[in-house]
Order: sequence, then structure tokens, then C-alpha cells
Amino acid sequence: MTRVRHAGRRRAGRTTPSLSRIGLGVLGVAGVAAVFELIPRAGLVSPHYLPPTSAMLEALGREAATAAFWRALLDTARGWALGLVIAVAAGAVAGVVIGSRRGLRAATASTIEFLRPIPSVALIPVAVLLYGAQLRSTLLLVVYASFWPVLLQVIHGVADVDPVARDTALSYRLSRWVTIRHLILPTALPYLMTGVRLSAAVALILAITAELVIGAPGLGHEIEVARASSAVPVLYALIFVVGLLGVAVNVGFRALERRVLAWHPSVRREAAA
Amino acid sequence: MTQLLEVRRLRKIYEGHGRIVEAIGDLSFACAPGELVCIVGPSGAGKTTLLKCVAGLIAPTTGEVVLGDARVAGPPPGMAVVFQDYGRSLFPWLTVWRNVALPLDHHGAARGELRRLVDDALAEVGLADVHAAYPWQLSGGMQQRVAIARAIAYQPKILLMDEPFAAVDAQTRADLEDLTLRVWRRHGITLLFVTHDIDEAVYMGQRVLILSASPTRVIEDLAIDLAAERDQLATRSSPRFAELRSRVYEHIQRAKRAGAGEVRT
Amino acid sequence: MTHALRSLARALALPAVLFALWGLVSAGSKSFYLPPLHAILGVFGSTWSSRLTSDVLPSIGRLLIGYAGAVIAGVALGVPLGGRPRLRAALEPALELFRAIPPPALVPVFMLLFGIGTPMKLLVIVSGAVWPVLLNTIEGVRAVDEVLSDTCRCYGITGLTRLRVLVLRGASPQIVTGMRQALSIAIILMVISEMFASSSGLGYAIVDFQRAFSIPQMWSGILLLGALGVVLSLGFGVFEARALRWYHGQRSEHREGG
Repeated sequence: MTRVRHAGRRRAGRTTPSLSRIGLGVLGVAGVAAVFELIPRAGLVSPHYLPPTSAMLEALGREAATAAFWRALLDTARGWALGLVIAVAAGAVAGVVIGSRRGLRAATASTIEFLRPIPSVALIPVAVLLYGAQLRSTLLLVVYASFWPVLLQVIHGVADVDPVARDTALSYRLSRWVTIRHLILPTALPYLMTGVRLSAAVALILAITAELVIGAPGLGHEIEVARASSAVPVLYALIFVVGLLGVAVNVGFRALERRVLAWHPSVRREAAA
Repeated sequence: MTQLLEVRRLRKIYEGHGRIVEAIGDLSFACAPGELVCIVGPSGAGKTTLLKCVAGLIAPTTGEVVLGDARVAGPPPGMAVVFQDYGRSLFPWLTVWRNVALPLDHHGAARGELRRLVDDALAEVGLADVHAAYPWQLSGGMQQRVAIARAIAYQPKILLMDEPFAAVDAQTRADLEDLTLRVWRRHGITLLFVTHDIDEAVYMGQRVLILSASPTRVIEDLAIDLAAERDQLATRSSPRFAELRSRVYEHIQRAKRAGAGEVRT
Repeated sequence: MTHALRSLARALALPAVLFALWGLVSAGSKSFYLPPLHAILGVFGSTWSSRLTSDVLPSIGRLLIGYAGAVIAGVALGVPLGGRPRLRAALEPALELFRAIPPPALVPVFMLLFGIGTPMKLLVIVSGAVWPVLLNTIEGVRAVDEVLSDTCRCYGITGLTRLRVLVLRGASPQIVTGMRQALSIAIILMVISEMFASSSGLGYAIVDFQRAFSIPQMWSGILLLGALGVVLSLGFGVFEARALRWYHGQRSEHREGG
């Protein structure tokens, strides 16, 4: 039987797959940065409106040295986190209540379908009138928008509970609390994690929107200030920071979801975006 | 007589996960035009790899496949393939009729000619009345018939079938075997039929190529001298069938033992 | 026929009840900011009949054009990216960054670069709505069945036919998922782009009412916006049911163990 072994012959220049992927990614980022450096320098777009990457990074450095920047960052983080926690709690509780009764699911389905597509931005004028340029305006928008992904996912998850297991719990006359803890929560957990991940992204978008449009304190407000005062490199730098925040939220919650559900046999796959 | 298909010293080596596996060792055989050749071997013997090399879907490490007078360097024209996984080889968003017509349509067949070929092919496999259905609405056996009809309509010189009936029940398998024989005889195509079922290989083939375990090569090229007209009942209960069947079985058992590294007796 | 009517009635039951409840609860409201429902409905007709052609229809037009642009761009970029793993690996971190920028944050940039006219509004919508389509298209193209792809190779099906019949149709369930998400984003961005620095549009009208403290009119605008969202969502549902008829059929067959 001939089985060819290594024979000391490895393909030249072969790296582990993940290393070459990282390498390609770095190349990609460098390429994009170079493009945005060259376009204004070459005069294709006026550097006044589109500063080169180097100018943006320089402005970023200067901003990071100011206290106002970090205060704004904290304000955004606070609005995001607080709103997210409220939305997740409300969505999870409502989801468990609605999801565990088929009658309730059927009755509320159309209402949810009616309310869900109502754009959260419709509430902006209401927030302005009720709360003005304050944290509570941000919270109103963030909670409203982030509530729905969690609610829908938890309803799905609770409805997915194995009916045989549920009947077993019933026949053993397990208390409501025990049933929830040992049967419903583990089944619904993957769905909940997906919902939290989606809501986290939505919450950030709405927090920035509220700050931008209403003027609540935070990075979004700083962006508007930069635009109004024509501090263009600062404007781009702040947008870059907000983008980094978004990446951090996306990556962080994807990792959290994987970690929490590492033991779960069927990790829910949600379509990307 | 010139051969239609020649496989010369085919060798395929896979590298992966730090291991190097020789899927196919040194494999050579030939098919004359219009022959029905069956290929059997123990599982893991690289039968599917061989078929994919012949079909031009993967490139061999060394050696070559020659179809007609041209070397195969990619899926050649005039060749049709029927895969085992019928559920995934038919387009779920096309009706049965459009599935069968697609290759001809792409290659620019004239409307009238196309309709004739497709209708004839569907009638030949007995699916004329479900032409407007979607594949997933049909049973497994019927889906495989759609795949066969598609191959027929394409009018290939050579047809490759990769364990096509492994995933259907025994009764359906018998029907499909007989259908394949009828199609083969009617159109005079060359048929290369890969299977793990020894009975099926002996029942269907004019020749049976028996493969060894990995690294695969041809152990024996057995001529099947049964009557040309095959019948599920009569042929399979004939003494000659039993003899041939035992021959093949013995070879494969030996191949399996040799592959496992035991001493040959 | 009665079955359809019955399910329609069931669907409308709770919303109708809630709507009526809102009407009742707010009937005696003296709050300036939260007027009674009947007051809102009262001004509905007069407010919007005059604004139909000047504000509402242009907004919807911009929304649809921007949405179409986002879908076309997302699919056109997603197909090549889905089929080239190395290109994808190179662009992935950059795409992660750009997609993570909340689209409203880009409005000031677009205003700077393109002024405050219709092109800016369209770009805002496209810049946000393209992402779900793009990312879902990439996933859909990646997931095209290998056996089906081999079948195409065997039968010599290449080029435009392959793109049309294998890649796009195969990825269509995923693409449609992206299109649905893109629709909600497009609506939000249409409104935001008009709330900012604009002189026409539904979003502009709502903000205008708010600034002028015309509260019932403002709420009527919010209701209209909500209704628009619902109608578009329902319309999309109809489109999806028809475009993915084969997909839903196939999945229900699998579920029943067919």
C-alpha cells in the first residue's frame, strides 16, 4: 500500500488560511485609505469638502485630546446602553408573555405587523416637543426602535419550545417559574441573543440619529456642530469614530452570541445586516 | 476499433489538513463507442473522484482523459452527467419542462427542434404529464427521471452516472435500472455507470471494472457475458449471474482487506 | 372567499380595537402635545389634500427611486464579491467599517458634497439601504448549491445564462430578505434627509408643523408616515410571495417530510 507522505515537500510560501485572510484585509483597508488620500490631493474633489485621510486622522488625534470629545462619546454610550437595556427587558418580557400563548400570538400578529414598519423617525417631532434636546429624547427613539427585533425574536423562540417537553412539564405540575427557567429560557436563548445583537446595532443608529437631528448630547450632536461650523476634517473624523463604534458593537455582540451559545446545538443564523 | 473514451494513467492526489492523500493511484481503462461499462469498488475507493476527473470537473494530478480525439481539460461538449443527489441537481425554481430544456436553450437550439427533443425525452422517461410541475413536487424516483430526461434531450455522445439510484428505494431502483437500459439501447450512447451495488453493476453492464481501495486502480476488467436482453427476474436468478456476482464480490472483499493492510491469503 | 374575509377580520381586530381605544382615551385630552384622536383625524383631509402633489408624492417618488438604486447597486456589487473569496477577504474590513456608520451620520457629509437638493436625498437613501442588499446578496451567492453549479459546468451553461438562471435565482431568497430590510431603512432615511435641510417632502412637512406648533397637523403627518410604512410593507409581502413562490413551496414540502 502506497501512501505518499510529506517527503519534505511543502508548497512554497504557504501560510495558514487565516493569516492570508488577515493580510488581504489589511491590504484592503490600506487600499481604501490610499484612495481617499489621493482623490482630494489629485483634485478630483475639492479637499475642502473631502479632506485626505491624513488630514482626517490628524483631526481625530486633536479631537481625542479634548475633554468634550470624550464627554460626547460617553453621552452616546449612555443613551445607547440605557435604551438597549430597557428595550431588551421590555421586549423579552413581552415576548415571553405573547409567545407562550398561541391565542395571544395570533391576536397580536397583525398589530405587530402594523406597528413595526412605522419608522422610528416619525417620533422625532414628538420627542422634540416632549423632552427637547435631552437624553430622554434619545431614549424614546432608541427604545422604540430596539424593542421590535427583541420582541419578534423572543416570540419566535418561545413559540419554538418543544410541545412534548412542555406537556411533560405540565404533567409533572412544575411551577410556572421552574418551567420558564428550565424549559422556555434555554430554548429561547439563541433567539434572544440574535435579537439583542440586532437591537444593539439599531440602538446605536437611533442614538446617533437622535443626537444629530434633535441635538441631544452625544457624538451625533458634535457631528452637526462640526458641520455647521464648517470644521470639515473634524466632521469626517467624528463620523469615522462613530463607524468604529458601530464595528465594535457588531463584532462584540457577534462574539458574545457565539460565546453564550457555544454549547447550544443549533445556533440560530440570522441573515447578515 | 477506436475507443471513444480513454483514461490513461490517471492519478489524483489531494492535499489537505497537513495530510496528503492519494485518492487515485494509477488508473487506466478505455470504453468503445456504445458500450455500457459499470464501475464498482469498496466505499472510499475514489469512484466519485474518478467520475469527476472523467467529467472534467476536477483536474487530475497526472495522467489524462481523452474523449474522442480531444484531451479533457474541463467539462467537454457531448457529455452529460447524472448525479446521485437529484434533489440538488435540478433547478427548484424551474418547472420540469424548463429544467430539461435548459441546456438546449442555452446552446441555442431552434424552438421547434428544442420542443421536440424535450417532449420526446419526457415521454421516454414517462413524465410527459408532469412537465409543468416543479421538481420538489415530485418523488425521488421521478426527480431522477427528470435528470435522465435532461441528459437524453442533450443528445450526448457519452453519459456518466454517479451512483444515480443509491438514494431511492429498491422497487424504484429496479424501474430506473430498466429505464436506463432502454434509453441506452435506444440512443446508442456510451454509458459509464458508477455504483457501489454489485448486483446492479453485473445486471446492467457489458463490462464491470472493479476498483481497489485507495490508492485506486483497476483490479479487474470483467466481461459480462449474460444475454443482451436483461430482465430483473430472469437474469438475476440465472446461475451465470450468480457466478459473475460472486467473482466481483470476492475481488472487492480482497481489495478491502488489502486496503486495510491485512496480509493477502 | 369567506375564509379570506375571516382572516382579514381577524387581522384587523386588535388594531381596530387599539385605534378605538386611543380615540376614547384621548377624547378628553387637554394636553397640547397629545391632542385627541378625533382632532387629528379632523385636520387630516385638509392638511394633506393640498400637500399631496407638493410634498407627499415627491417624497414617495424619491423613496422608490432611491430604493431601486440601492437594490440594483447592492446586487450588482454583491454578485462579483460573492463569487470571489479573495476580493471579499480584502474588502471585508473596509466594508464592515462603512456599513457600521449610521446612515444619518452621513447626511452632513452628503450635504457638504452635494448640497441639499434631490441628488443628496437620493444618495442618503442609497448609502444606507444598499448594505442589507449587498451583504445578503454576497451570502446568497456564496451559498449557491455546489451540485447545481457542477451540473451547469457539465452542460456547458456559462456566462449570462448561468448568472441569470443559477446565481441570481439561487440567491433570490437571500436577496429578497435583504430587500425587505432595505425598505425600512429607505423609509427612515427618506424622512431624515427631508427633516434636515429641505423645503419639500413629507419629513419636511412634519418638522415644519412641529416648529410652528401645529400639533394636530404634526400628528396627522406621523399617522400618514406610519400608514405609508404599513402599506409598503404589505406591498412588499405580496411581491415576496409571488417572486419566491417556488421557494415557499419547496420549504413546505420539506417540512412535511416530502
